[in-house]
Amino acid sequence: MEFFDIYLVEALINGVLLGGVLALLALGLNLIFGVIDVVWICYAELIMLGMYAMYFLFSVYQLPWPLAALITIAIVGVLGLVLHYLVIAPLLGSPPINQLLATGGVLFFLQSAATVMFGIDFRNLGIRLPVLEAGDMFISYARLLAFGAALVGMLIVYLFLTRTYTGTAIRAISQDREIMTLMGVDSRRIYLITSALGGSLAGLAACLLVLQYDVHPFVGLSFGPITFLICVLGGLGNFAGGFVAAFLFAEIISLGGLYSDLEWGYVLAFAFFIIMMFIRPAGLLARRT
Amino acid sequence: MNRYLPWIAGAVLVALPFVYHSPYPLHILILVLIWSFAYTSWSIMGRFGLVSLGHGGFMGVGAYVTALLWNHAGLSPWIGIPIALVAAGVLALVVAWPCFRFRIVGHYFALVTLALSGIVLQVITATRDWTGGSLGYTPERYQGGSSIYALQFADKETWYLIALFVWAVGLAIWYAVDRSMIRYALEAISEDEDAAAAAGVNVTAEKLKITVLSAVMTAFSGALYCQYQMFISPDTVSGIAVSLQMVFAVVVGGIYVALGPTVGAVITILMAEGLRISFGTKAVGYDNLVYGVLLVVFIIFLPKGILGSLMEARWLRRSPPQRQVQPGPA
Repeated sequence: MEFFDIYLVEALINGVLLGGVLALLALGLNLIFGVIDVVWICYAELIMLGMYAMYFLFSVYQLPWPLAALITIAIVGVLGLVLHYLVIAPLLGSPPINQLLATGGVLFFLQSAATVMFGIDFRNLGIRLPVLEAGDMFISYARLLAFGAALVGMLIVYLFLTRTYTGTAIRAISQDREIMTLMGVDSRRIYLITSALGGSLAGLAACLLVLQYDVHPFVGLSFGPITFLICVLGGLGNFAGGFVAAFLFAEIISLGGLYSDLEWGYVLAFAFFIIMMFIRPAGLLARRT
Repeated sequence: MNRYLPWIAGAVLVALPFVYHSPYPLHILILVLIWSFAYTSWSIMGRFGLVSLGHGGFMGVGAYVTALLWNHAGLSPWIGIPIALVAAGVLALVVAWPCFRFRIVGHYFALVTLALSGIVLQVITATRDWTGGSLGYTPERYQGGSSIYALQFADKETWYLIALFVWAVGLAIWYAVDRSMIRYALEAISEDEDAAAAAGVNVTAEKLKITVLSAVMTAFSGALYCQYQMFISPDTVSGIAVSLQMVFAVVVGGIYVALGPTVGAVITILMAEGLRISFGTKAVGYDNLVYGVLLVVFIIFLPKGILGSLMEARWLRRSPPQRQVQPGPA
């Protein structure tokens, strides 16, 4: 196999495109962890519900897609708010493992709620986006769109965090939660805003993922674990690290899938994760202490 | 009276299959006992704050290695199970040693082990030419059905006694750990690793011992499950869902008491079966719906589990202040 193989280039490009969406997923989770210090194990299940929302709004109720996407983002944002209010807030003082397990319980709940409400059929939007042909490579338009929208979403979050008063407060809280409450920041309000923001990011991810994947109640399991691993690999709460890790992971999965089955791509990615944990336990971009 | 209670209960449990032959309740009891053993294996390390989400992986290794050796190499489970246990032990060692050496604790340990159960699940699925992939795998029946050589028995009574014995051994190991020095070492470690190390505890070695013990026991429960059910699939014995199921059952029952995992297994399995029967097939998912809600409610309001809270309430009435209430795992 010569070095500049066309399939290799195609896999590399597809890896970059997958990386964009994974980076968006990781950003939402990292935001929650960085600010509230809680891991939402059920994060991917929120995305699953968002995908259903998009499906119903777009395919069943026939809303125009920008409106459907906005409503989806709002719905999942509210879900994030509710999750924080009902489950996380009562557990803020308890051991981290209990918080982790409680959101795990929410995972079971959401999965089976979706099963009960929507059944276990696979559903999709029923639209086929064209495939872009460049040279001899085939690049799906849906992936390109997802990549672009993910980048725009991340840019907006970045601007929000750096340019607005609330965003500054969120970043300050994630650096020192005790001092900031003394400084007059209402941490409960910030937590609620962050949860809603994290939820909205899940909603955005849902709008993009539903273009490429069929939605069913267990779809969260296919990208949930990957998202956690990316966040940990990048260093939980470290936005830049999560970004880099998302692209690394996506390339490994994509290239592994090129040379063998897709499962082996995942095996490789998991193994890479475990090895990296031993080399850089605090995350890819952690400062050496 | 209290001293004889365990013996009486034990005698009743042993005598049960000789007077009661109804197959379905016996089947449920066997499942409860096997899973109780698996949950007890998890809680042996979980009670010291070592929350592993990789135990689904160890269980999968136990089940699949045993079944694969029997089908492809013709090795009796009497040899296959020890090999599977060694494999699980080595796997635990390979993953846990660097974890403990580089001080990967808490969230990070849970997520590294989560990756482990993900790997085991994907490897089983990817090697579908050998393992049948996600369709599942069946150990071949030995000629007549029942055979000690193949560790296959057609009647439920034999399986009940085997499962009961294994479960009792699991409890005995729990008590042995509870009374040994390793318990004090690990409790010190879960409070403060640096202080424990300064006091002369070999942190890495103590954690490794308990992890390997726990992993080997879990692998054994997987092998047992495989021999009893004669059917395994990646989703029932490995992967992240099974790992979470273990943690939840233990939390529901009570993580700090010997019978907590057993109570957790009884409650979760009876609940799942009860919901399944009462709702029937028309409402798939209701059992997990209730299950999920209960777990969240439990973790918020009863973090010590049902049995843990009951025992504490009884104990508080008898002699008030003496012992501090155990804090949750860090």
